[in-house]
Amino acid sequence: MVKTEDRLTVGITSATAANVNTHGTEPACSSPRSPQLQLAGKLKLRLDEDQLTNCMRCGFCLPACPTFRETGIEAESPRGRIALMKAVTDGLMMPDQSFEEQMSHCLGCRACEPACPADVKYGQLIEQTREAIEEHTESHRWWVKPLRQVVFKQLFPHQKRVRLLGGAMQLYQQSGLRKLARSAGVMKLLPAHLSEMEQVLPNASSKGIVQKIGSHHPAKGMKIATVGMFRGCLMDMLFTETNIKTVELLTEAGFEVVIPDTQACCGALHAHSGETEDARSLARKNIAAFQAAGVDYIVSNAGGCGAILSEYDHLLHEDEQWREGAVWLAKRVVDISDLLIRSGKLATAQTKEQPIRITYQDSCHLRNVMRSADAPRKLLREVSGAEFVEMFEADRCCGSAGTYNIVQPEMAGGLLERKMEHANATKAHYLLTSNPGCLLQMKLGAAKHGDGQMQVQHIVDFLHERLVHNSSEKAKEQA
Amino acid sequence: MLQETIRQQLIAIVGSDFYKDDPQSLVTHSYDGTPMLQALPDGVIYPASTEQVSAIMKVLNTHRIPVIGRGSGTNLCGGTVPVEGGVVMVMHRMNRILEVDLENLVAIVQPGLITKSFIAHVESLGLFYPPDPSSMAISTIGGNIAECSGGLRGLKYGTTKDYVLGLEAVLASGEIIRTGGKLMKDVAGYDLTKLLVGSEGTLAIITEATLKLVPPPKYKKTMLAMYKDLYGAARTVSKIIENRIIPSTLEFLDNATVRVVDDFAKLGLPLDMEAILLIEQDGETEMVERDIARIEEICRSEQAHSVSVAESPEEALKLLTARRSAFTALARLRPTTILEDATVPRSKIAEMVLEINRIAHKHQVTICTFGHAGDGNLHPTATTDARDKEEIHRVEAAFEEIFEAAIRLGGTITGEHGVGLVKSPYLEWKVGSAGIEVMKAVKQAFDPHHLLNPGKIFAKQSRKRVVLQHG
Ligand SMILES: Cc1cc2nc3c(=O)[nH]c(=O)nc-3n(C[C@H](O)[C@H](O)[C@H](O)COP(=O)(O)OP(=O)(O)OC[C@H]3O[C@@H](n4cnc5c(N)ncnc54)[C@H](O)[C@@H]3O)c2cc1C
Ligand code: SF4
Ligand code: SF4
Repeated sequence: MVKTEDRLTVGITSATAANVNTHGTEPACSSPRSPQLQLAGKLKLRLDEDQLTNCMRCGFCLPACPTFRETGIEAESPRGRIALMKAVTDGLMMPDQSFEEQMSHCLGCRACEPACPADVKYGQLIEQTREAIEEHTESHRWWVKPLRQVVFKQLFPHQKRVRLLGGAMQLYQQSGLRKLARSAGVMKLLPAHLSEMEQVLPNASSKGIVQKIGSHHPAKGMKIATVGMFRGCLMDMLFTETNIKTVELLTEAGFEVVIPDTQACCGALHAHSGETEDARSLARKNIAAFQAAGVDYIVSNAGGCGAILSEYDHLLHEDEQWREGAVWLAKRVVDISDLLIRSGKLATAQTKEQPIRITYQDSCHLRNVMRSADAPRKLLREVSGAEFVEMFEADRCCGSAGTYNIVQPEMAGGLLERKMEHANATKAHYLLTSNPGCLLQMKLGAAKHGDGQMQVQHIVDFLHERLVHNSSEKAKEQA
Repeated sequence: MLQETIRQQLIAIVGSDFYKDDPQSLVTHSYDGTPMLQALPDGVIYPASTEQVSAIMKVLNTHRIPVIGRGSGTNLCGGTVPVEGGVVMVMHRMNRILEVDLENLVAIVQPGLITKSFIAHVESLGLFYPPDPSSMAISTIGGNIAECSGGLRGLKYGTTKDYVLGLEAVLASGEIIRTGGKLMKDVAGYDLTKLLVGSEGTLAIITEATLKLVPPPKYKKTMLAMYKDLYGAARTVSKIIENRIIPSTLEFLDNATVRVVDDFAKLGLPLDMEAILLIEQDGETEMVERDIARIEEICRSEQAHSVSVAESPEEALKLLTARRSAFTALARLRPTTILEDATVPRSKIAEMVLEINRIAHKHQVTICTFGHAGDGNLHPTATTDARDKEEIHRVEAAFEEIFEAAIRLGGTITGEHGVGLVKSPYLEWKVGSAGIEVMKAVKQAFDPHHLLNPGKIFAKQSRKRVVLQHG
């Protein structure tokens, strides 16, 4: 039993399971060498003990956490999840199925990190946990693991295949097959949330940005710096136009843009779902590609990709050969909005429409990992003829979170509903985002819960329409 | 785990979603904000109403099962660690504001309400609820009442106890009592309201509170005074009070604290100062201007290196927010942060700060000090590493001496965080053995079978008071 007289004894004995309990609750039992025990061992090896100890259980992170807010349950909070991880490494608890489920309930939105005054690196802890789980688990829904196998290992690492898929989707979307599939009710075979998602997917493209416009783009006017563009896989397949517009915004603002064609997927989805080794090998490819291109910045227009790129130094910190390159890359990564505000020369944007109202949904990873929340807002406030309205809890995750909306549809659906209440309350004409996942999720939200008036756009598309066009028109007028 | 029949009785009261005893729920209710403490409960229950609390208590009382009331588990005295097992009763579902009575200036709320939401609501109605513990974004009104929490405004406006007018509470037997009410005056018998405030969940489960509201101050000004000399800063605190000025906030931060707070909040504070005072005065414009001018004079006469007044409300808020994060920001230094809560008469602040430094030095431990200096309430905070047992022993020895010093200077072992588990061995130092006996008799009257938060406040054995060798 715990000796209440001595805080010290309490503290130290509590690290060993057996002494802590008083009313006979046994840690979940398990036979030796059981998968749970193996997983416990893996977790003990993987989890960063310092970070676990750094969490002082103050609870400052609780109000920031969307899953805690949805449920009000301690285990659904960052403090709770860290306590569970620590309990496993302390031998106080077995990593049972509900432990695995709890870890996959976390959105990975990292809102808990800026809220934590003790600077606990929660993102690293959850990734380490998921990495250990991923090697062991049988508990996914039946389709998750094979789907991941295909998507993560066979698809995303190979740009050509991504484009092939883009082509296949294009064929499907444009050839009438989609119509046929929809009318034949094939969609009904998919889980509801997947078929809903299918409906809001933009038209895919078999050609990526490099195939469409080439990989080298000189600055307009005086060159400020050379930026390497990170094109992304989803972005490049579903939002090729946005990628092209990104280049135009950048060249317009005075940057020379190169798009190394040897770059790979960023690895974010892999890292967040525990496939860390795959993420590392993708990171190495990207470092090589951008180092060869000799760039001053690496610009991203997808918060999720930008965030993992900016954390390559952590991802590869144990890799002696690549460590330095990873730091080199991580230091140079910047989001398009930040680069434009910080370094670019920008013509003021103007809307040609009636005065409009705009609002902005943060990309969690852009905000919480890249810590960029001001730049997109500053850009939007500069658009004349547009009124920027801050949405209540714009900083809260929309539920998209990588593949979260696909694997955790219930929680994601709840979050989206709440999000759309706030979005609708702004009465904005445009809802803008900085990440393809969020963009799709918000499109889905607007389609499901919207008032039909709100357009959802990537911030780049919105600005491009009002900046480049204006300035080229201005140039024409002046000529 | 509880016996199946008892489990079923509890589930029958709250429904199967709201009684949990899976390993995950037990682990996540085995700790609170206090470092190095952990013990698993047998179950976790989430009642939705006073009636449910009462029914639960009846079941638990019949089977003699301990119950630990829990708000958000942010307390720093081990108050919600279920050291003797039993059922943790989480109050989060009872989180409504039942009434704001604008005629009587009172609000009636449920205990699971988050303090900050309550303050925000009250302020939206043009009223003011002053108790503002730094944890208010997370902590609950029930937790605040049970710990009698204080905050940055305690000096002028008092602490939670000054705002609780009435309570509804469930006794260990399951009986429901009501104390006080919307009345400003009430001397009918013993003041049970005051007794329950600060009772740390050991006398009853609070299920409803009637809270006093006041008109908000019209005007306020925030200033920052920086010192190269620690003693000068501490003396300023005593001198301001001596000059009969009661600022609404008078906070002290030493150099180590300033450094981490700045690192966290990115305020650009000067890092070479030995101490900073954060001072706020509120009230009528004229009075505020006069007081602030006078305070500035006092700061300068005590050799303040610089004195500056916040230019805007945003800047002021940033400073206050930074101060509120001091404790957790200190956690950036070392893995384990142990914060204490020694309090002395305000005239002894300077002496106490020196004592703390001397003791830290003697035991070779790092102790940063900040706190509500204006109340005499200091938070000496050790940054250490729980894994280094030898160092932890030194930290413990240092704190023991710090409590001793506080008592010797006419102070107490805790000003606002409560006794809980952590300070129970020292309680006798403060209240004496007769005091302990009276308190135990009160406990007996409320909770004859010792089911409510057992192991807290009363230690099995008191610590011998150390005899200090000075020098
Ligand atoms: C970062 C940080 C800053 C802090 N700053 C301050 C500060 O400035 N001032 C201050 O005074 N404290 C402070 N604290 C301590 C703590 O936040 C307070 O004690 C707070 O009031 C606890 O509220 P809670 O809801 O978390 O209660 P808990 O920690 O859950 O419980 C506290 C005690 O109240 C009892 N309890 C809870 N609800 C009930 C109920 N309904 N009925 C009966 N008993 C109940 C529990 O059994 C326990 O003994 C701080 C803590 C942290 C982590
Ligand atoms: S805010 Fe940080 S230290 Fe506090 S409980 Fe959350 S993770 Fe732990
Ligand atoms: S990453 Fe997001 S969902 Fe996960 S614990 Fe942190 S705040 Fe909560």
